[in-house]
Amino acid sequence: MSFLSLSHIQKSFGTVQVVRDFNMEIEKGEFVSFLGPSGCGKTTVLRMIAGFETPSGGTITVAGKNQAGLKPNQRNIGMVFQAYALFPNMNVADNVAFGLKVAGRPKEEIDARVKEMLGLIKLEHLADRFPYQMSGGQQQRVALARALAPKPQVLLLDEPLSALDAKIRVSLREEIRMIQQQLGITTVFVTHDQEEALSISDRIVVMNAGCADQIGTPAEIYNRPATRFVASFVGTLNLIEAKVLDPAANRVAIGDQGVTLREPLGAVKAGDTVSLALRPEAGSIAEGAKGDTALSGEVVSSNFLGSVIRTRMRVGPSVISFDMFNSPGLVPPAAGETVTLRFVASDLLVIRD
Amino acid sequence: MKSTRLLAWLAIAIGAIYFIVPLIGTFEFSLRMRRGEYSFDAYQSVFSDIQFRTTFGFSMLMALFTIIFGMLLVVPTAYWVRLRLPKMRPVVEFITLLPLVIPAIVIVFGYLRLYNSSSFLPLTNSTSGTNMLLVFSYMTLSLPYMYRAVDTAMRMIDVGTLTEAAESLGARWPTILFRCIFPNVMSGVLSGAFITFAIVMGEFTMASLLNRPAFGPYLQLVGANKAYEPSALAIIAFAITWLSMGLLQLVSRFQKTAPVKA
Repeated sequence: MSFLSLSHIQKSFGTVQVVRDFNMEIEKGEFVSFLGPSGCGKTTVLRMIAGFETPSGGTITVAGKNQAGLKPNQRNIGMVFQAYALFPNMNVADNVAFGLKVAGRPKEEIDARVKEMLGLIKLEHLADRFPYQMSGGQQQRVALARALAPKPQVLLLDEPLSALDAKIRVSLREEIRMIQQQLGITTVFVTHDQEEALSISDRIVVMNAGCADQIGTPAEIYNRPATRFVASFVGTLNLIEAKVLDPAANRVAIGDQGVTLREPLGAVKAGDTVSLALRPEAGSIAEGAKGDTALSGEVVSSNFLGSVIRTRMRVGPSVISFDMFNSPGLVPPAAGETVTLRFVASDLLVIRD
Repeated sequence: MKSTRLLAWLAIAIGAIYFIVPLIGTFEFSLRMRRGEYSFDAYQSVFSDIQFRTTFGFSMLMALFTIIFGMLLVVPTAYWVRLRLPKMRPVVEFITLLPLVIPAIVIVFGYLRLYNSSSFLPLTNSTSGTNMLLVFSYMTLSLPYMYRAVDTAMRMIDVGTLTEAAESLGARWPTILFRCIFPNVMSGVLSGAFITFAIVMGEFTMASLLNRPAFGPYLQLVGANKAYEPSALAIIAFAITWLSMGLLQLVSRFQKTAPVKA
């Protein structure tokens, strides 16, 4: 049985249903990210796990114990907030010690645990500082230490990096992941930043309109998006309209060029239109590029993006983007030029709505 | 540009003269008790008056109780309204503003009608009951200032998130209120407390009609019967108010929070 189980969770605010039949099983020590746009219900699910919201339906269990009726202070679930939420009247050490003092732990134990936690976040030297004397990144690390100090069963992170600048975000997310792995604590991380979710999660739940559209490893989510929403939300993806030629042979036409797919087309008939997806990095126009499938088209534009050059080409009714790694001698194709894009047929995915 | 600055300084000068000249006049008059020379005789007379010490002490005690009970009423109320009843804020603000528009004499007559010796709660039957009624009436008078001061201080901290953070760490309501919220609105509480202190020390209507030996009625009594002492008392009352204001400025600098970003 899984450690944290969310079964048929629903939540409505008045007449608005924000979470619909949400199901998820999380193993002990797993790092799961809820990824989705604003208003998709990811924070509401997190707040229901913490006990700040009561589900309109469904069951939440932690270590086999039903959480229904338990107040947030009875759940032993640690939480880190976007706005840090450190107590302004307490210094760093007192903030970290708060949960342990509330639990009535002996002073020696509290002192030792505070020292251990400050060592974990590498801020022992700032134990006497007050929150207003620290940077955002330091405050969030203290908030993490404070949440971990009472040894919670589950750690919830509600967009903890959103208020920080880009460089600190990257270093802190790596630090969070390292600490999580070191402690082996079951963690749920809410974010709308796909790069964050992809880089630190064991599994990702992509949420859309209160439902989990897809649950999978970062590689599965990125390489095999299950729905059109996941495909469009995670990474850059070409959505290509194709006409079915022979469903039994998985044969479709993109513009006037025939392509045989590896993935079964499913219940479609000849003449139907299907949506296909192709990542920009999946194809290449270089001479001798590997790939069992080719599409020719006219270049619309080439954009320099630093490490890559993104070129857009027209194939029938669709415009397909592909990336080339930048190198000093590389000359990007000019607009109007005809190029042939080669790729492996298995990279061309059938998108189901 | 230059003439605008000149006009601004002129406006400040007129304002300063308007406030300071009567004060200087009062102070100067309070020093003229001894014929032909300046002295602090009026002040000596005031401080040696047993009634001054009694009424001053009584009002101080009443102010202390008003501040304590006012805090116990206002802080949890403002906290709860912010946290759970945000839609009720305009209603609560309106209620707290009522003492500014209802004259004190109307409120005290209402009290006397409601809590007189033949009522269901005869507070005026005993001295301690009347004193309690006086504290409650002072709490009512100071409510607009106390509530606003505390509510403004709560606006500076994210009350909702701090509460949730404390809850997730296992804290219960009393711990959250007294260890996480109260210390962070202390500057607001103290601001409200000093304003309350100034109000209570000078209040006349309530204390007079409830027949309690407070400093306000004493001021009036001395003013009606003596020449130089009222001026000395007026200066003392000013000093108390200014001291309160100074302390108010001082404590507002002790706030450890950075302003919440919009």
